[in-house]
Amino acid sequence: MWVDTFFFYLFALVTLAGGVLTVTRRNAVHSAMSLILSLIGVAGLFLLQRAEFLFAVQIVLYVGGIMVLFLFVIMLVNLDQAARMRQFSGQWWLALACVLAVAAQIVYVLSRGSGAFRFARPEPPARGGNVELVADVLFKQYLLPFELASVLLLAAIVGSVIMARKRI
Amino acid sequence: MDFYLITAVKAAALMGFLLLTLLYLQWIERKVIAHVQVRIGPSRVGPHGLLQPVADSLKLLLKEDLIPPHVNRFLYLAAPFLAVTLALLSYAVIPFGPEIEIFGVRTRLQLADLDIAVLFVLAVSSMTVYAVVLAGWSSNSKYPLLGALRSAAQMISYELPLALAVAAPLLLANTLNLREIVERQDGFYLGLLPRWNVFQLPAPQILGLVVFVIAMFAETNRVPFDLPEAENELVAGFHTEYSAMKFAAFFMAEYANMITISAMATLLFLGGWLPPWPAWLGSNWVPMILFAGAGALALYHGLNAERARDRRTLPIVAAGFFGASLVFALPALHALLIPPFWFLAKVGLLLWIFMWVRGTLPRFRYDQLMRFAWGTLFPLGVVNLLATGLLVALFGEA
Repeated sequence: MWVDTFFFYLFALVTLAGGVLTVTRRNAVHSAMSLILSLIGVAGLFLLQRAEFLFAVQIVLYVGGIMVLFLFVIMLVNLDQAARMRQFSGQWWLALACVLAVAAQIVYVLSRGSGAFRFARPEPPARGGNVELVADVLFKQYLLPFELASVLLLAAIVGSVIMARKRI
Repeated sequence: MDFYLITAVKAAALMGFLLLTLLYLQWIERKVIAHVQVRIGPSRVGPHGLLQPVADSLKLLLKEDLIPPHVNRFLYLAAPFLAVTLALLSYAVIPFGPEIEIFGVRTRLQLADLDIAVLFVLAVSSMTVYAVVLAGWSSNSKYPLLGALRSAAQMISYELPLALAVAAPLLLANTLNLREIVERQDGFYLGLLPRWNVFQLPAPQILGLVVFVIAMFAETNRVPFDLPEAENELVAGFHTEYSAMKFAAFFMAEYANMITISAMATLLFLGGWLPPWPAWLGSNWVPMILFAGAGALALYHGLNAERARDRRTLPIVAAGFFGASLVFALPALHALLIPPFWFLAKVGLLLWIFMWVRGTLPRFRYDQLMRFAWGTLFPLGVVNLLATGLLVALFGEA
């Protein structure tokens, strides 16, 4: 069991450290790399929950797809010029206060009501992984929302193509 | 304890075998290309240039480890590490043969038998683009940046047809486990035609294999899709600013990726370690005959050689081949060696096609490359996937 705990804290640390670095790095490429680190940490957390399919999809889609496009755009930007521009971080003290307030709330609620929560235990691993389970839920139980989301994405793609092209 | 020990032994054996293969693959490639172009190829270091890879590696190791002053140091140094690590990671899940018994231990010729092995390989290969992109960007120089941009666009574009081509045999196999995928392809139609996924009813994956093979050339940045390192436009593309072992790391990663993707094609379409025709028609004798034939050829050329040196070296090579042939003849080792032989033979054939194509085809233009990916290969992949899904739904075993 201690292996699970160790890896949980390891991946949690990676996720959080990646997130913090993403917002603190001045260099946009370094920020993107930190975000990738954070996403890989989340993938590790999925793996700890025995959700191998989500782990693989997280890496294929977010790390291998979306973030490559991010980097692609960032590399085309003149970074020196971007770094010289004024950073909109004048209200960091307000943000810090909000973060601390939320953190205090969470700590308070957890410490007072820790007995009232029931934390779900991960299911024992199914034969062949959870790919089939995910597919069942997605294509039977939530078929309509799933298809609606895909139509929405298609509309977004068509819209972006139309906006990018001057004449059609 | 046993598990850790066995895994450590397997990992060490795999690593040793792999590094040796990577070392000699480039010698083989240089020889193949040379013969395609009617040249001799490396022939100075050692007999028939056999020590050339060793000399090359030593040279690269001993060269000055230069870091240009204008680079982004951390990412510049991280990129080659990333390239090699990601290239070698996939081998953890690739099965080289069935379960075997060796020294009284039953084990699979595979490091980790993952239930989502196919997705794992896809995930790892989707991350390999970072090595190239980061190398190009952190070099802080225009040709590497252009190479990296091309590479990012190309690898994302060709990942789609590749994934579509991979999905179709998965519909036939109904599993994501590579070992089970191969086991599903066992057997023969009419006692002759193998039930590999390329031929398997109800949906033979011939179109799928074609799409996969084309996309795999683009994924590994090989000719005719080697635009990220097109030397007449971009010097050396993304690794222009790299020297010594850092350059060698990219080189190694490229070959490792070639082997991985060839292994994937073998496992998904060509029946993995299963023989191409049944054992009662003598498929078990092929390795023996092949090695004995190679030995006889080397001996013949050694006895009729023009150069005095060949008269000494070629018989030694021939003895090596005869020895390999004898090893395959031993009944004790038969069951152990035949499946890996077929697996490696198929992978080797695909690698040879990589080299053959490199010696034959010119490079695509960039717009042709993109039009081909989105206009031809992607629709073909979709059609193949839809047709396979339909056929499996109509005629497949429930």
